[in-house]
Amino acid sequence: MSPNIMRHVYGWLLLTPAAILLIAFTHYPTVATVVDSLFSKGTAIRPSRFVGLANYEMLIGDPIFWKVLTNNAWFAMGTIPTSIILAIVMALFVNRAIPGRSLVRMAYFTPTILPMIAVANIWLFFYTPDIGLIDQAASWLGIGGHNWLGDPATVLPAIIVMTIWKEAGFFMIFYLAALQNIPPELEEAARLEGATRWYYFRRVLFPLLMPTTLFVMINAVLNSFKLVDHLFVLTKGGPDNASNLLLYYIFESAFSYFDANYAATLTVILLGLLAVMALMQFYVLDKRVHYR
Amino acid sequence: MKTIRSSSFYFQDVLETGAAWFLALLWIAPLAYAFWAAFHPSEYAVHFDIFAPLTLDNLREALSQAPFLRYAFNTLLLVTSILFAQLVLCTLAAYAFARYRFFGSDLAFALVLVQLMITPEILIVENYGTLARFELIDTILGIGLPYMASAFGIFLLRQAFKSTPKELEEAARLEGCGVFGVLWRVYVPLARPTYLAYGLVSVSHHWNNFLWPLVVTNSVETRPLTVGLGIFGAPESGVDWSIISAATLMSVAPLLIAFLLFQRQFVQSFMHAGIK
Repeated sequence: MSPNIMRHVYGWLLLTPAAILLIAFTHYPTVATVVDSLFSKGTAIRPSRFVGLANYEMLIGDPIFWKVLTNNAWFAMGTIPTSIILAIVMALFVNRAIPGRSLVRMAYFTPTILPMIAVANIWLFFYTPDIGLIDQAASWLGIGGHNWLGDPATVLPAIIVMTIWKEAGFFMIFYLAALQNIPPELEEAARLEGATRWYYFRRVLFPLLMPTTLFVMINAVLNSFKLVDHLFVLTKGGPDNASNLLLYYIFESAFSYFDANYAATLTVILLGLLAVMALMQFYVLDKRVHYR
Repeated sequence: MKTIRSSSFYFQDVLETGAAWFLALLWIAPLAYAFWAAFHPSEYAVHFDIFAPLTLDNLREALSQAPFLRYAFNTLLLVTSILFAQLVLCTLAAYAFARYRFFGSDLAFALVLVQLMITPEILIVENYGTLARFELIDTILGIGLPYMASAFGIFLLRQAFKSTPKELEEAARLEGCGVFGVLWRVYVPLARPTYLAYGLVSVSHHWNNFLWPLVVTNSVETRPLTVGLGIFGAPESGVDWSIISAATLMSVAPLLIAFLLFQRQFVQSFMHAGIK
């Protein structure tokens, strides 16, 4: 056979094993989710049937759906900017020759390699009313106890603080990599010109770190939708859905309420949100080239 | 003038070092606390006393209340089988994309990249159905299968293979290497840093993964550490804090120790894998 045809044959043969699994667990389920969202929940006496957009009507009228969507937005807004600022501060700290630099860097990065479930276990004790560490410290200062995870007003902030602790060190390494690519002459030049360090940071460093910030931001937004492990230990989405997030609600609908079709409808919304972010990433990464 | 400036710089340096250390202490405190609680009797859980007696009872108690060694074995099996399959499948696919401009390769690559965004845990409902059809619920293979073809791995390895000089491949072919000979003797050895980076990221990701294993497993024989810990730590189980801390530390210990030993490789791998 001609080598030209062999090229196509080899290419496809090499790809086939991975392609089968990708189709089975990514492409097929994506399409099946959309199809299932158009069918009603089947029961023993009434089999599942085509209902068009009825599930979506139910979704629009479902207050819990709107609640989890708002929670997701608050969760993202609460975690991402603070994590990014802390990540930049951490990277600036460990990019300098301070004593014990590698220990400091290790301290910042360690939460990244812990599973979210372990993190939640540790923090659960901090937040426990009365006997927990925070309330113990508060009572020591003469402040009364508070049920941090049981109060709808404080449950989401409590989870946000924990997530910032978990994620800041991860984002730090991207800034560290970016800082190492910035020539030191820039800082020297700025110093010779009499610029303060804050001015240097604001006008030189921060703009140069912009591509990294965009990259980190998109990853952080994705994470805020994909990471719900802590809810299983800390709150189960409660109290009264005050800390529930979209993916956790999908899990509940499918495996607690056994409504796979409604879960599929919710999944379509999540897929739509992810698709929007994919397009944004595409657009943003195109822009990144200008900074190179 | 010069001395004043340098002394103010010196002062700033001290301040910054202090702030860096303060933040580091704050950041390590939760984990340090877990260590404190795990190795002291439970009455010292919120009572800090340098002279509190050390104990291993909490570890022993945690081990007697749940089969953590079995969970650890399951995790190890899961992580290694995923990694092995990923390395094989991703290498083959990446090689195809890097060196064979086959019919439809651009479209196929775009379809592969879809998985970067839509990871298998988002599709828990449908993927659970698929596994049920193949009777793979509650098997370790079932937990691993959706992750074995990894778009991320294919992407990283394709980049690495593309940067391999073509002359090396031609030289190997002249020496009589076939398609797989070239791959095995030229491309794979030159991509070693990428394999290391990807391997570390994959192992730590799957060691820590929770949602999908939770959905798929329902017995001690298949449950990984994270799921075992999630069930163990549930507030309604009424286990005391020192024991939960001990169990938590046991579950993260292997990865934590590996991280402390190979800190540089870990940080560089996460960096390498993230920046592409």
